[in-house]
Amino acid sequence: MQVDWATFWPRIIEATGETILMVILTLIFATILGLVIGLLLFVTRKGNILENRWIFYFLNLLINIIRPIPFIIFLVAISPFTRMIMGTTIGTAAAVLPMTIAAAFAVARIVENNLVSIDPGIIEAAQAMGASPLRIIFTVLIPEALGPLILGITFITVGLIDFSAMAGTVGGGGLGDLAMTYGYQRFDTSVMIVTVVILILLVQIAQFLGNMLSRFFLRR
Amino acid sequence: MIRFTNVSKTFGTKENVVKAVQDVSLEVKKGEIFGVIGFSGAGKSTLLRLVNLLERPTSGEIIVNDKRIDALSQKELRQLRSRIGMIFQSFNLFSSRTVYGNIAYPLKLAGWSKAKLDQRVKEMLRFVGLEDKATKYPESLSGGQKQRVGIARALATSPDILICDEATSALDPETTEEILQLLLKVNKEYNITIMLITHEMHVIKRVCNRVAVMEDGRVIEEGQVFNVFTKPQNETTKNFIRSVQNDQLSSHLLEKLQESKRGKLYRIIYKEGVSNQPILSKISKKYQVDFNILYGNISELQERLFGSLIVEFIGEEVEVSKVIKELEKIVELKEVHYAS
Ligand SMILES: Nc1ncnc2c1ncn2[C@@H]1O[C@H](COP(=O)(O)OP(=O)(O)OP(=O)(O)O)[C@@H](O)[C@H]1O
Ligand SMILES: [Mg+2]
Repeated sequence: MQVDWATFWPRIIEATGETILMVILTLIFATILGLVIGLLLFVTRKGNILENRWIFYFLNLLINIIRPIPFIIFLVAISPFTRMIMGTTIGTAAAVLPMTIAAAFAVARIVENNLVSIDPGIIEAAQAMGASPLRIIFTVLIPEALGPLILGITFITVGLIDFSAMAGTVGGGGLGDLAMTYGYQRFDTSVMIVTVVILILLVQIAQFLGNMLSRFFLRR
Repeated sequence: MIRFTNVSKTFGTKENVVKAVQDVSLEVKKGEIFGVIGFSGAGKSTLLRLVNLLERPTSGEIIVNDKRIDALSQKELRQLRSRIGMIFQSFNLFSSRTVYGNIAYPLKLAGWSKAKLDQRVKEMLRFVGLEDKATKYPESLSGGQKQRVGIARALATSPDILICDEATSALDPETTEEILQLLLKVNKEYNITIMLITHEMHVIKRVCNRVAVMEDGRVIEEGQVFNVFTKPQNETTKNFIRSVQNDQLSSHLLEKLQESKRGKLYRIIYKEGVSNQPILSKISKKYQVDFNILYGNISELQERLFGSLIVEFIGEEVEVSKVIKELEKIVELKEVHYAS
């Protein structure tokens, strides 16, 4: 069976748009959420500026429970929750919720890891100057970790493009959906190739932008 | 002014207790440079970090500028910290900020207006001689330059006290000297009280007025640097002094002297004011005794001369003992025995 390219191109453009939208929305929400969780995880650690055993254990446990779940299973598992919040489990908007949750915990770990690698002496210097914990978070921790943090988030973005394709296969729209319906169910290789090429291009662009930004902040 | 009264700091759990600081009482007076010396693990850093409450005392009382600090609220504590500058062995500069940004940081914390801040940062850059590095990032600076930035940053808010945790230990001897000079300048020009800790006696000798020697969390000796140098009481103190004031003859040299034994060996210990007079030659001449200086180590300490000579006296035994008697009225003398 041959695809009608004249009607097919608009579908591809639409699907690409959906994928980009899903990834960008998820990226924004997941970065904010992940940054908050990661920072909380770091500052509540033993001996740190806002040491709090309970918050630390709770967040740590939560991350360790959610992160190992394969995304496709997580997607299905939380669909009742998705329906409750978004009213549906189908479509781009509905896909953003599970993607955000899954990505936020990954971002949190990356944030935490980058914060841990900051020299504690620098934090101590700020404390010795009389900086409050909140002040330290915004004027020391985030700026000091920003370069590697952006690289980490770039890495997540690439993963999100992957997530979005998976979300597509269960009705999330986007390129994954397209590849599934045309390429997999109708055995149309040419559609498959076009989708794959577009996905590769998106990944390249994301990586390029991330590298550029992080280089700017690392100033190296 | 900093005063510790019976201060102790204990780390760890019930099973594994580390008594980092034990029952320390000492006072750092306003405007002086006070040094604490000790081997690694003696508790120096812990003691220093108690001053700005980076560490809380387990017991005892700490008074800074007439205020008991362990009872301060969070806000008062932050205020106090802005009155105490701190510099570190590893500099601890913000790598994401320029030299200018590093020095501006404490001023921003203190809420300075942009214009005043700019003026102050430039003033500090000039003070530490780094005007041309304002826009550079710390990673492009040498160790000495980094510590200059550290000092400028610590002094930006005009604190009354500067505390230094091994500020020169990561630097080579020449750069160490530069930084020590700068600390002296800080003390003189701004009348800032400095409390520094180090494991190098050289640093104490170079800049401190008073010194405390720490061992196993305790202060085992304390006093004017000159007095501690000339009359050390503890073995540890003596070891530290030996590290900068090597006036021991090697056993090899002693053996050689013994072979050609001619006269008696004496160590002449010079104190203030006498070493610029030709006492040795005057007195020896008077009794027709020859002397031979084998080894000498005289140096300046706190703008006084201090050190010792090892001298061999050759002549009639009666005459030599007369020389010794006369010399003993002016300087301290000790016979050095060959067999050791
Ligand atoms: N936060 C801490 N938790 C547990 N033990 C500590 C802590 N800080 C210091 N100690 C212990 O307290 C003792 C004194 O340490 P401190 O760092 O004050 O020594 P120091 O004289 O500064 O040594 P160095 O010259 O190596 O810096 C050491 O045995 C150290 O292991
Ligand atoms: Mg130390």
